[in-house]
Amino acid sequence: MNYAERLENVTVLGASGKMGSGILLLTALEMADLSLKPENKDKQFVLNAVDVSNQALAGLMKYLRAQVQKAAEKKIVALRKVYESCCDLVDNKEIVDRYVSDVCALVRPTTALESAYASGLVFEAVIENPALKIKLLSQINRNCALLNKDSANAPWFFTNTSSIPVHELDEKAGLGGRLLGVHFYNPPAIQKLVELISAASTKAELVEFALTYAKNLRKIVVPSNDFAGFIGNGHFMRDALHGIAEAERLSKDMPFAEAVYTVNRAAQDFLVRPMGIFQLIDYVGLDVCQYIMSVMGERFKDEVIHSPLLDRFIAAGVKGGQFSDGSQKDGFFKYEKNRPAAIYDPGTKQYVPIASFQAACDTKMGPLPQPALTWKSAVKHPKKEAALEEFFAKLAAMDNPGAVLARRYGERSREIGLKLVSDKVARSEADVNMVLTSGFYHVYGPINNYFKREMVK
Amino acid sequence: MKKLRKRVFMAAGYNTIALGSGRKEFNPKKPRPGLEEYVKEAGQATLKMVGGAANVDEGVIGNFMAAKFNNQGNLAGLIPYIDEGLKWKPSCRVEGACCSGGLALVTGIKSVLAETADVVLTLGVEVQNTVKAVYGADILAGAGWSKERKDGHAYFFPGKFSDRAGEYFKKFGLERTRKALARWYRNAIENARLVPTAQEFHNIQEDLEAVALAKPNPKSFVDNLNVFDCSKVSDGAASIAIMSEEGLKKAGIDKKDAVEVVGFGQVEADLTQPPADLAKLDTTEEAVKQALASAGIGVKDLGTVECHDCFTITGILSVEAIGLAKQGEGADFVSAGNTARNGKIPFNTTGGLVGWGHPTGATGVRQAVTIWEQLTGKAGKWQIELPADRPYALSISMGGNDRTVVAIVYRRASL
Repeated sequence: MNYAERLENVTVLGASGKMGSGILLLTALEMADLSLKPENKDKQFVLNAVDVSNQALAGLMKYLRAQVQKAAEKKIVALRKVYESCCDLVDNKEIVDRYVSDVCALVRPTTALESAYASGLVFEAVIENPALKIKLLSQINRNCALLNKDSANAPWFFTNTSSIPVHELDEKAGLGGRLLGVHFYNPPAIQKLVELISAASTKAELVEFALTYAKNLRKIVVPSNDFAGFIGNGHFMRDALHGIAEAERLSKDMPFAEAVYTVNRAAQDFLVRPMGIFQLIDYVGLDVCQYIMSVMGERFKDEVIHSPLLDRFIAAGVKGGQFSDGSQKDGFFKYEKNRPAAIYDPGTKQYVPIASFQAACDTKMGPLPQPALTWKSAVKHPKKEAALEEFFAKLAAMDNPGAVLARRYGERSREIGLKLVSDKVARSEADVNMVLTSGFYHVYGPINNYFKREMVK
Repeated sequence: MKKLRKRVFMAAGYNTIALGSGRKEFNPKKPRPGLEEYVKEAGQATLKMVGGAANVDEGVIGNFMAAKFNNQGNLAGLIPYIDEGLKWKPSCRVEGACCSGGLALVTGIKSVLAETADVVLTLGVEVQNTVKAVYGADILAGAGWSKERKDGHAYFFPGKFSDRAGEYFKKFGLERTRKALARWYRNAIENARLVPTAQEFHNIQEDLEAVALAKPNPKSFVDNLNVFDCSKVSDGAASIAIMSEEGLKKAGIDKKDAVEVVGFGQVEADLTQPPADLAKLDTTEEAVKQALASAGIGVKDLGTVECHDCFTITGILSVEAIGLAKQGEGADFVSAGNTARNGKIPFNTTGGLVGWGHPTGATGVRQAVTIWEQLTGKAGKWQIELPADRPYALSISMGGNDRTVVAIVYRRASL
């Protein structure tokens, strides 16, 4: 099977989910582009969008249509060439509409898992639950084998797991090396990064295929070795635990909501990150973080990767995550117009308005290094490196509580990054930095000299 | 072209804001004024200056594609909407693609020459931000021959003028031409920054020429032009009164507040034929020739020009079509600063189409308003001084790929 043949019949499991819908969109666009090539005109491309809820699938198709239209508008110059021979398509509008209908025609929304049995590639993007993943993968694999005696055509499996070791899934589902970790970042349609995780058993052809696929999707590929959490969550979960620990430490001397605000702001404003750590936990979902921590915790026995605080929040029904329209659900923060407006106090089970303590907390934290450097301005800065260098050099010389907190944060982040390399999760420091800059939109990687200086001092 | 049989004047000009990307108040997601609001704003401003609707004999409105951008035809019916006093006065809408405004002006001039009107309320309007640029390109492609659309570029007109730029690069050198295009862009933005109604009024970009040298990206746009080489998508209207001497008196307008139309050229080329030479605007050349002959003056008498720089390359080609530089030398003429506001012959002193904006059907009228402001000392911060020995101004309104062109020569009415 060549590249196009492998993509002739594809299934995405969990297609209506946050990750699944993005993976479905990108795969649909790639398959449509293949199907529109003259040499593939006799092939019938099929993309099964499998999920458990018909309602969610209806929402998925709406999302897909809107996104494909945007994609078509963006690549109209190329599309006019693709549809050159269709005399009835003259205006851009007609070409965009046809492309949208061509892409959507590939996609078969369904709640029937059986649809996957004829697929050459199955992309698993269900919730981060090893038992469920194993059940689905093994069921599909068994039935494919029954339907198709030719082992050369046995399906390949991609898993979007962000934490479960690929070799465990492969072994337990009996896939015989036909499983590869292809970890997209949220939202997949926008985030550039894909972590590629091959187990020792993973067949080389899968990796080769995935590299072409990711390249065609214009993704940045970073290989990660097959350890729970990989590079991305390997850093994020430990970073989150540090943030939680800092907030708990501070909350001995101040109300809990203020401690969360202070740590969050230190991570965002003082460390020049796109969002603070508690906002990021909300974005991903407290329950998702809890699950990933449990997967990692079970596999890194010498480390405590678990947060009783998260357990308490989740038990109280505070989970974060997003609504299907992409807006933020309440978690550590209560959101108004997608901006943090109040912070949850687990004692009173009430949200405390940020405005009620913000000014006092800011004063306590002390000033930011000047000239100020926000994440937004750093992204666009023509001399970004120099600006960051200057900002953090000043931060290193400051002893106000905000600066001290931020430095501890930066040091810990660096330590986590270095450990990912020494534990051989990441193959290089550059890979760790690439994951954080392209997958988390940080403007600098965790392994840097900004905080090293502090350690030397 | 003969000398005009009677004196024709213009006064009481008004431009609305050119709204679109770049203006701080522009938000594509929020409701914006429609055709009616623009026409009313501009028309009422002119009526106020001519002593009210009672003094107006006729109305003309230039518009290109309201039928598609706004699902609106029969635009003449918006003229009585400006003021009840215009009800039952003769009105018409004229269309000639981006020269619609130019055609509105000559229609008004001819009414005065024909003595069927002494005061013609002349407007131009276009509201284009109703669709995304990718679909706006389809609508604007209507300025070309429809049978060429299928093989044309997604961005049809940028594609046409990219071909012209490519030909010019090939014949006369890429680097020197790109340098001139960048200079044209800089002049346009620097001029627009002086004019509160201009679309680029809020532009604070430093080092404009460096920005304008961005390499074209054929994958997402056209081969030889970048986005800075193009006028933007704009909404706006312009209005001016075209009057006889009796009209001026009736409206109570002193000659010092008016300009005189001393000649014009109106020229049409076959829509279905490609340009004979891509590196030349021969229809524009002919229109200018006729306008100058009609005015009885030469190129050397011109003190300022409003040209139709829908793209920066069109600016260079216009310089040559007017006869200020030989073919192939327009680029150096522009690079040397001759067309800048402090140069030998200032072009597009309110920014032109690239800087002020290009609400297509309004542009021709907007150019007349700019010249009226300059010649009557009403140009505020963007005022230039015309040399005494070169008191004439020229406007060029061009439709399509140099197919429909109107050139008009003006001077101060009190001269």
